[in-house]
Amino acid sequence: MFYIQQLINGLALGSIYALIALGYTMVYGVLRFINFAHSDILMVGAFAAFFLAPGIQGIFGPESIPGALLIFFFSALICALLGVLIEMLAYRPLRNRPKLTVLITAIGVSLFLEFTCQHKGVFGSKTRPFPTLIPAQEIHFGELVVSSNDLVVLIVTLLLLAALRFIVQRTKIGTAMRAVSFNPQAAALMGININHIISFTFALGSALAAIAGIFYAMRSPGIEPLMGIQPGLRAFIAAVVGGIGNLPGAALGGIVLGVIEAIAGGLPGVSNYRDGIAFAILILILLFRPAGLLGKFQAEKV
Amino acid sequence: MLEVKNLQVNYGVITALHGIDLTVEAGSIVTLIGANGAGKTTALRAVSGLERCAGGSITYDGQPIANLAPHEIVRRRLCHVPEGRMVFANLTVLENLQMGAYLVKDKQAIAREMAYVFNIFPRLKERERQVAGTLSGGEQQMLAIGRALMSRPRFLMLDEPSLGIAPILVKTIFEKIQEINRDHGITILLVEQNANLALEISHRGYVIETGRIILSDTSESLRKNPDVRKAYLGG
Repeated sequence: MFYIQQLINGLALGSIYALIALGYTMVYGVLRFINFAHSDILMVGAFAAFFLAPGIQGIFGPESIPGALLIFFFSALICALLGVLIEMLAYRPLRNRPKLTVLITAIGVSLFLEFTCQHKGVFGSKTRPFPTLIPAQEIHFGELVVSSNDLVVLIVTLLLLAALRFIVQRTKIGTAMRAVSFNPQAAALMGININHIISFTFALGSALAAIAGIFYAMRSPGIEPLMGIQPGLRAFIAAVVGGIGNLPGAALGGIVLGVIEAIAGGLPGVSNYRDGIAFAILILILLFRPAGLLGKFQAEKV
Repeated sequence: MLEVKNLQVNYGVITALHGIDLTVEAGSIVTLIGANGAGKTTALRAVSGLERCAGGSITYDGQPIANLAPHEIVRRRLCHVPEGRMVFANLTVLENLQMGAYLVKDKQAIAREMAYVFNIFPRLKERERQVAGTLSGGEQQMLAIGRALMSRPRFLMLDEPSLGIAPILVKTIFEKIQEINRDHGITILLVEQNANLALEISHRGYVIETGRIILSDTSESLRKNPDVRKAYLGG
């Protein structure tokens, strides 16, 4: 029973990783580099919710569902714009440079966001308690006790995954994303404006990160400007384990990582080593499937 | 319809095109022949905006188009079927064709073009739900041409359509190229290593050698030219 409990806990945590991992993998899909600033976008998402909450809850009442929806929506919107802006200012000028240059720039953007936000004129470095956005209850299924927040996280994640799948597989812009991801030059020859597709990809990934950031903040004691690093790193690993560039892979990788972490954390005597255990398992997965769980091995074209 | 003047393209310190001149009359098929590495592909890539022009001019329909973004050039209905086909192997045949029509807003026009493509390449209709990566080389070439036709081009540039294709299909594809030119009045600029075939279906030809146009004439005269016969037509 205890493990079922941990499993549910792990699924919720894994859903958050999955939402973040999708952003890493989508950007990798179109631009072939890891956007390390992605972990800080989720932090900005949490802070956006933190600052929006008093105003919106003032109108709709505390812990109201419409209020929470609006908070989620506007935080996602703010992060989408931030993601697009970062790409335009930091990555676009380097589009034809070696990928390593862009990668290092991404790390620079990440550090810039983290330490700028720590300035007392921005968010400040101290941890702030995160407001309650939705009423949290404990739901009892027999002996099982499930937090309603975990269920919300699970359900919202499933809905977002379905929506993302629909966008990528069924819409024209989603098909264009897949085309750009396969061959940007050929996509350009179809009349696709590559810059629009890249901006759209950043917007989509950053909006998902904002939602993940708020979920993460809801489970944390408080929020601070470095809060994105831990979940961001794990989500990055989840994206690699799932098969970088592969959307279902990123979601699966996130869930796998969250569940392993929660179960290892619940084992008596070894809970302090849960990260060690989780990462050992991930290394094993990559040893046997270097391209990730759902990734396909691709020979480099020469 | 297309006028290229003194076009220069550099790759870093290497000059790939040393100022070439090329004219394509509306409604004609013009071919650019030459050996590997002579600059044929580079010339097409410069016209479609994939390579930066270091000098010279490209005029299409009286408008300068040098160094425009590729999607701006497609918008002018000048379309490029690149070397190696570059179909989206991860997309289905149908999705590839839809991407070809990316800039076409009119749903009826898209349906009409799709019917035309399926009419000239019935094989694509049979495989419309299949992922393009599973097609044979010849089928992929048909898809690449079909995809380009979806953009309703007035001018089509084809780069090595015979490359890596079964000989029997090469013949079919060259017939289709003529058909597209005849039935739709689409102007064609064809780059080919297979000079025999290219000169057979084209009206005019240019011979390019190490980044310079060394000869241009009607295709018929080029076929009779002893130098061309010796260098490109196997004697």
